[in-house]
Amino acid sequence: MKFSIQLSSSLLLSLLISISFFYSSCKSSTEEVNIYTHRHYEADQQIYDRFTEETGIKVNVVSASADELIQKLELEGSSSPADILITVDAGRLERAKNKGLLQSVTSSILENNVPDALRDKDKMWFGLTKRARVFAYSLDRVDPDQLSSYEDLANEKWRGKLLTRSSENIYNQSLLASLIHHLGEEEAKIWAENTLANMARPPKGNDRDQVIAVAAGEGDIAIVNTYYIGLMTRDQNEEMRKAVDKIGLFFPNQSDRGTHVNISGGGVTRYAPNKANAITLLEFLTKPYAQSHLANINFEYPVNKEVESSPLLKRWGPFKEDTLHLSVLGENNQKAVMIFDQVKWK
Amino acid sequence: MRLYWRNGWTLIAFLMFAAFSIPLFTIIGKLFSPPGDSWLHLKNHLIWIYFKETGILLFGVIIMIGIIGVSCAWLVSRYEFTGRKYFEWMLILPLSFPGYIMAYAYTGIFEYTGPLYSFIRNSTGYESGSYLIDLMNMQGAVFIFSISLYPYVYLMARTSFLKQSMVFQEASFLLGKSQWQTFKKIALPLSRPAIVGGLALACMEVLNDYGTVKYLGIQTFTAGIFRAWFSMGDSTSAIYLSAILVLIVFLILFLENSQRGHQKFSSVITSSNNLMMRKITGWKKAVTFAFLFFVVLIAFVLPFLQLCYWSWQNLNKVMDMSFIHLLFRSFLLASVSSILIIAVALTFLYTLRITPIRWIKILCKWSTLGYAIPGAVIAIGVMIPLIRLDKWLVQLMDMHGTLLITGTIAGLIFAYIVRFLAVGYHPLESGFEKVGIQINEASRMAGANSWKTLIKIDLPLIKTSLLAGFILVFVDLLKELPLTLILRPFNFHTLATKAFDLATNEMIAEAALPSLVIIIVGVIPIILLNKLIRTIQV
Repeated sequence: MKFSIQLSSSLLLSLLISISFFYSSCKSSTEEVNIYTHRHYEADQQIYDRFTEETGIKVNVVSASADELIQKLELEGSSSPADILITVDAGRLERAKNKGLLQSVTSSILENNVPDALRDKDKMWFGLTKRARVFAYSLDRVDPDQLSSYEDLANEKWRGKLLTRSSENIYNQSLLASLIHHLGEEEAKIWAENTLANMARPPKGNDRDQVIAVAAGEGDIAIVNTYYIGLMTRDQNEEMRKAVDKIGLFFPNQSDRGTHVNISGGGVTRYAPNKANAITLLEFLTKPYAQSHLANINFEYPVNKEVESSPLLKRWGPFKEDTLHLSVLGENNQKAVMIFDQVKWK
Repeated sequence: MRLYWRNGWTLIAFLMFAAFSIPLFTIIGKLFSPPGDSWLHLKNHLIWIYFKETGILLFGVIIMIGIIGVSCAWLVSRYEFTGRKYFEWMLILPLSFPGYIMAYAYTGIFEYTGPLYSFIRNSTGYESGSYLIDLMNMQGAVFIFSISLYPYVYLMARTSFLKQSMVFQEASFLLGKSQWQTFKKIALPLSRPAIVGGLALACMEVLNDYGTVKYLGIQTFTAGIFRAWFSMGDSTSAIYLSAILVLIVFLILFLENSQRGHQKFSSVITSSNNLMMRKITGWKKAVTFAFLFFVVLIAFVLPFLQLCYWSWQNLNKVMDMSFIHLLFRSFLLASVSSILIIAVALTFLYTLRITPIRWIKILCKWSTLGYAIPGAVIAIGVMIPLIRLDKWLVQLMDMHGTLLITGTIAGLIFAYIVRFLAVGYHPLESGFEKVGIQINEASRMAGANSWKTLIKIDLPLIKTSLLAGFILVFVDLLKELPLTLILRPFNFHTLATKAFDLATNEMIAEAALPSLVIIIVGVIPIILLNKLIRTIQV
C-alpha cells in the first residue's frame, strides 16, 4: 500500500514538474528561425549565437542525419516548422529539391557569395562550405610522383594498399557519382570493382581510422576528406598528431578535371514559416564572419571567394577543383549506391 | 467457469492497445504498397548477406551470453566466497553501456593512437597494424554485443535461481547428486523460461542495433533497413526489410513461447528458505574469483577507464552549465517515460491476470511488438498518424500552421511507449507468473474488488519486478537514440543524442563525457536493482 502511494505520488509529481518544465522551455519569442541540420559541429553554434546577437532572431536547431530530416520534412508536409535544411553533401540537397521540399530564393547576396557550380540552378540550395576528397598517403612508403588520379587507384600496382570507409558513407557515394558522370556507368563500375580489389582491408571505420591505418602501416593510401586531417592536427591526443605527421596529402586529377569537391549547404524549405529570417540566416552564413569561422575552426574551405582559407589549408596549397555541377551528385547517387552493392563494396 | 470479460480493465486495455498499436498498423499498411525501385536490387545483391550476417551474429551472441550470463548467475547465487557481494552488482554494470559506446571505447583501447598500443609501441617498438586486436569484424561484433548484453541473461537467471523453491534442490542433494548434476537437472530446467526470456531480450537488442553494427561494418538487417531507406531513399523497401526482421523476431518469440510448452512455472511453494550458500575454498575459489573478475574487467572496467581517460583529456571543452541542463533533461525525460511505460505494462498484465482470455493475451503480445521494430521505423509509424491527428486538431481548434503533438515531448514519450513497452512488460510478466494466480483469486473471492486486490495484494507482491522493470526501461531510455533524434523538439538534446552527435562527427574523445554520464547514471539504478534482488535472498 505504502509502496503504491509512493509510486503514484512520485508519478504525479514528476509529471507536473515535467509539464511545467517543458512548457516553460517551449515558449517561443516572436522572431525566430528553425533549422533542420546534419551538421554537428561546435563552430556552428557559435555562429548561430553571433547571428542572434546581431539580428535578434532566435535560432532553433534540430540535428539529425540529412536523410532522416528529409523524411521528417516529407511527413510534416505543409505544417513543418522547419525553415532551413542544411546537409553535408550536395546529393542530399538535390534529393530534397526533387522531392519538392525546398523553395526558390532570390538573394543577390547569396548569388554574389556562392559561386555558380556550388549552388542550385533553380536557386533552391546554396553551398556554404567546401570539402575536398583527397589521398592521405604514407610519407615513408609512397612517392607522391606515383600518384595521379582517382582513376589510377584502380591500377593493379596499388593491390593491397588502399584504404577507405564503407560505401554507406555519403562522401564515397558522391565521389562515385562524379565518376559515373565523367567515365560513364560501365567504366565507373569497373573502377569500383578494381579499386575494391586493391583494398588493404574490407572498408570499415571512419575517415580518421583510414588515416591512422596509413600511419600504422596497414595500407599506403587512404581516400579521405580534407577537414578531418585538419581536425586531427589539432587533436588533444599526441599520438593522433604524431600519426598525422606520417602522412602527406595529395590532390588527385590536377592535370585534368581537378579534385572532387563536395559542399555542405542549405536551402529554404518549401513551407518555411519564417522565410525572411531563413534567407537572412543563409546570407549570414555566406558572409565573411561565418565563412572564416568555419574555415578556421572546422578546416572547411570557404565558398566565399573573398574569405581566406585557414593557414593550414593554405599550406596545402591552392588546387584545381572539379567544376562539375554538384547537382549531378544527387542525380547519380542512386546509381552509385547500386554499383557499390553490385561489386560488394561494403 | 465462464469469465465475465466486459469489465473496466478490458476496456482500458483495449483503448491502450488501439492507441499504441496504431504505429504498428501504419507500418503494416505500408507493406501493401508496391515495392520501391530498389527492392529488386536489394533482393539480388544484399538480402542474403543480411540473412547470413544477422544469423551468424545472433548465433554467436546467444552462445556467448548464455554461457557468461548463466555461469555468473549460478556462481554468485549458489556459492559463498570473498567478494561475492561486490560481483553480484558489478556483473550488471555493463547494462549501462550503450553498445555503440562500448564499440568506440574498445577500438579506442586497441587502436594505434590509443594509450595501450601507444605505450607498447613507444616502449618496445612492437607494431601490428591499426589495432592491437582488431574488433572491426564479426568476431569483434560478437564480442562487443556479448559483453554489453550478457547482463540480461545474468539478471533473469539469477533472479530465477534465487526464487526457485529450494525443496527440489535439497532433495537432489539428499539423493546424493553433485552440485553440477543439481544445476543441470534441477536449477537449469526450472530457470529455462527466465534464461530464454533474457536471451530473447538480448536478441532483440542485437537485431535493433544500428550504431554498433554500422561502426564495426557488419551488414545486419537493421543496417540494411537504414541503407534502403536512407542511402537509396526508398522507405517502402526499408519497411519490406523490417517486415522480414519482424518475422525473425516473431520466430524468436514463438520459440521462446513454445519451449515453455504447456508447463506451468508458477511454483506453489515460494518458500523463502534459502539454501545454504556453499562455501568454496582453495583452487575452486581462486578460479571462480578470477573468472568473475575477468568478466567484470573486460565488460566494464576497461572500457570505463578508456572513457574516463578521454573525458579527462577533454573536460574543459565539454563541461559547462549547458551540460548540467542536459543532464537534468535527460534524467527527467527518462524517468517520466519509464513510469508511464510501467503503468501501461501493468495495466495490460493486470487485465490479462483477471481476465485470462485469448484475445486479451493477443492484445498484450501485439502491444509489445514495438520492441522488435527498429527505432527509426517506429518513428515513421508514429509520425504518420500523429501528423494526421495534429492536422485534425488544428482544424478543430481553428489554429493554423503549427503541429501540436508532433515534435513535442508528448509525441516522443508516446513513441517511447510504443517501442519500449516490452522492456517493462517482461519483468512484470514473470513477476506475476512467480506469484501465481491463486492469491489474487482468493482475495477477490473474499470480496475485494479488482482495484483493491491490485493495490493491496498484487502490487506489493511484485514490487521487485516493478522496480526491476522500471530500471530496465529507464536505462534503455537514457541510451535511446533513433527515436529521440527524429522526434525531439527543437534545441532539445539528451545525453545520448549529444554523445552521438559528437561521435558521428568523429569527435569520439569529446563524446566520452556525456557517455560516461549515461553510464554512471545507469549504474545507480543498477545498484538499487541489485539490492532489491538481494532482498529475495534474505
